[in-house]
Amino acid sequence: MLELHGITKTFNPGTVNEKRALNGVELLMNDGDFATIIGSNGAGKSTMFNCIAGSFYPDTGCVLMDGMDITFVPEHRRAVYIGRLFQDPLMGTAPHMTIEENLAIAYLRASRHEHAIFSRISKKEKQQFREWLSMLNMGLEDRMSSPVGLLSGGQRQALTLLMATVVTPKVLLLDEHTAALDPTTAAKVLELTRQIVAERKITCLMVTHNMHQALEMGNRTLMMDDGRIVYDIAGKEREGMTVEDLLEKFAGRTGEDFDNDRILLSTEQNK
Amino acid sequence: MLLIIQTALELGMIYSLVALSLFISYSILNICDLSTDGCYTLGCAVGSVVAISGHPLLALPAAMGAGVCSGFVVAILQTYFGVESILAGIIVNTGLYTINLAVMGFSSNISLFGSDTIYDLFKKIAPDSAFWNEWSTLILLALLLLAVCLLIYWFLGTRLGLSIRATGDSPAMVRASSINPSFTVIVGLCISNALTGLAGCLIGQFNGSSDINLGTGMVTVALASLIIGEMFFHKGKMPMRILGVVVGSIVYRLVMSLALRLNVPTEAFKLVSAVIVAIALMLPQIRSMAALHRQKRRQMSMTWTKEDKGGDRNA
Repeated sequence: MLELHGITKTFNPGTVNEKRALNGVELLMNDGDFATIIGSNGAGKSTMFNCIAGSFYPDTGCVLMDGMDITFVPEHRRAVYIGRLFQDPLMGTAPHMTIEENLAIAYLRASRHEHAIFSRISKKEKQQFREWLSMLNMGLEDRMSSPVGLLSGGQRQALTLLMATVVTPKVLLLDEHTAALDPTTAAKVLELTRQIVAERKITCLMVTHNMHQALEMGNRTLMMDDGRIVYDIAGKEREGMTVEDLLEKFAGRTGEDFDNDRILLSTEQNK
Repeated sequence: MLLIIQTALELGMIYSLVALSLFISYSILNICDLSTDGCYTLGCAVGSVVAISGHPLLALPAAMGAGVCSGFVVAILQTYFGVESILAGIIVNTGLYTINLAVMGFSSNISLFGSDTIYDLFKKIAPDSAFWNEWSTLILLALLLLAVCLLIYWFLGTRLGLSIRATGDSPAMVRASSINPSFTVIVGLCISNALTGLAGCLIGQFNGSSDINLGTGMVTVALASLIIGEMFFHKGKMPMRILGVVVGSIVYRLVMSLALRLNVPTEAFKLVSAVIVAIALMLPQIRSMAALHRQKRRQMSMTWTKEDKGGDRNA
């Protein structure tokens, strides 16, 4: 269970560039919840993710994981139970290292023994990696010793997804992870995401600019605006919801129209 | 001539340890560690002092230990205290000058005359053989270098080694894999500087003396060797890349001894190294500029030929 209580974060305080990015975020994610997050640029979606993942610490408020306060736990420690994917497919993998080596590093989260740092990749593990890679259906299992830099963006993002989940995380953060991919690849990566999250019952937060995705994926939809979660729907209320309703809700809640071209475009494309 | 080649090989092998050190910090960790000069002298000073007062064999781990300490300071400065990595190296390098003087008892040079070196010890294994007398130093260095290379290769294949490689490649990915990048940087720089210290110790015993200015410009020389090596084995697997660094270093030494034979003054060496490094670092940019130029010319000439043909038809 992931809880955020009264999180605030202000960038460049006391300067002309002062920006209140988070303004008292309250969130409770039950185990197995899959929430999609929408909101215009600057609403605080990525900042919230950064606070959950520990890329920076909030000014006030606390982050609880299974009841434990992790507000000031360093990012790399949290990585044991928080997986994360970025919009940029280049961020989650080491380009000059082979697929196998990348997976081996990701798999380090599984073994926390002190002596493990001097061990090498075993045959058994290679076999295991092979099996996992074949699940992606991208033929990567036959290219295990080629550098990740040679893969396409979609392949790299699928690999990153695999790496983030080789050790099942308690929470998976997806920050528009299909936005930089072409539609076909994006659909494939999205399908993989759905499959992996459902199979392992991972608690998941996904930022998206696609309204259809926002309603279609997961069991909850959050809307963020001006550093707060302004809208949180689930269950029956969400089932009957259309994209138009969602847009209307947004306008009603914040007193302004969606002025984000990307959101409008992505709703029109999918009509 | 044979003697020159032999000396070049011996020196090349010692210098290749420094090149390997930069291979770890510069190529793998993607950090410019400019404390190499001071650390090299530190290894030499510590090694010489221990060889005189203790045992020449003991000098090797002592010099490596000194290198680890120096690397640790550089790494701590840039990881936990946020000092710019280049500045961290320069600061430590400056500080090391005083430390090196202190290690040598505040004299600018000490002589190993009269005390055994590891080369003497190795030579004594078969004192009667003329062949052994002549080649034992080279054999000893080759064995040492081989051991170091194998160790580096083994280490880079372990999980810790892989994490260090990933740190230079994608720090975000390292953090996401629950590894502290500060930790991997510290380990990497400690290992890298241990190699520099070892090289300093070996050269000190090789020369039979230790001098405060021994390390000046070492980082450029090592970088030149590293770049020459990477030109030969650019995108190979790890064993080839390590071998490339060693080969580069030896080639560099051979070129230098050839220059010496052609009566190029020793004083010019630093300039030559600097020019080699500068050219090598300029190469990628020059290449892309040349490619752009060619492309422009090709497109221009294609436009010209089209117009010519058109003109012919009209006529």
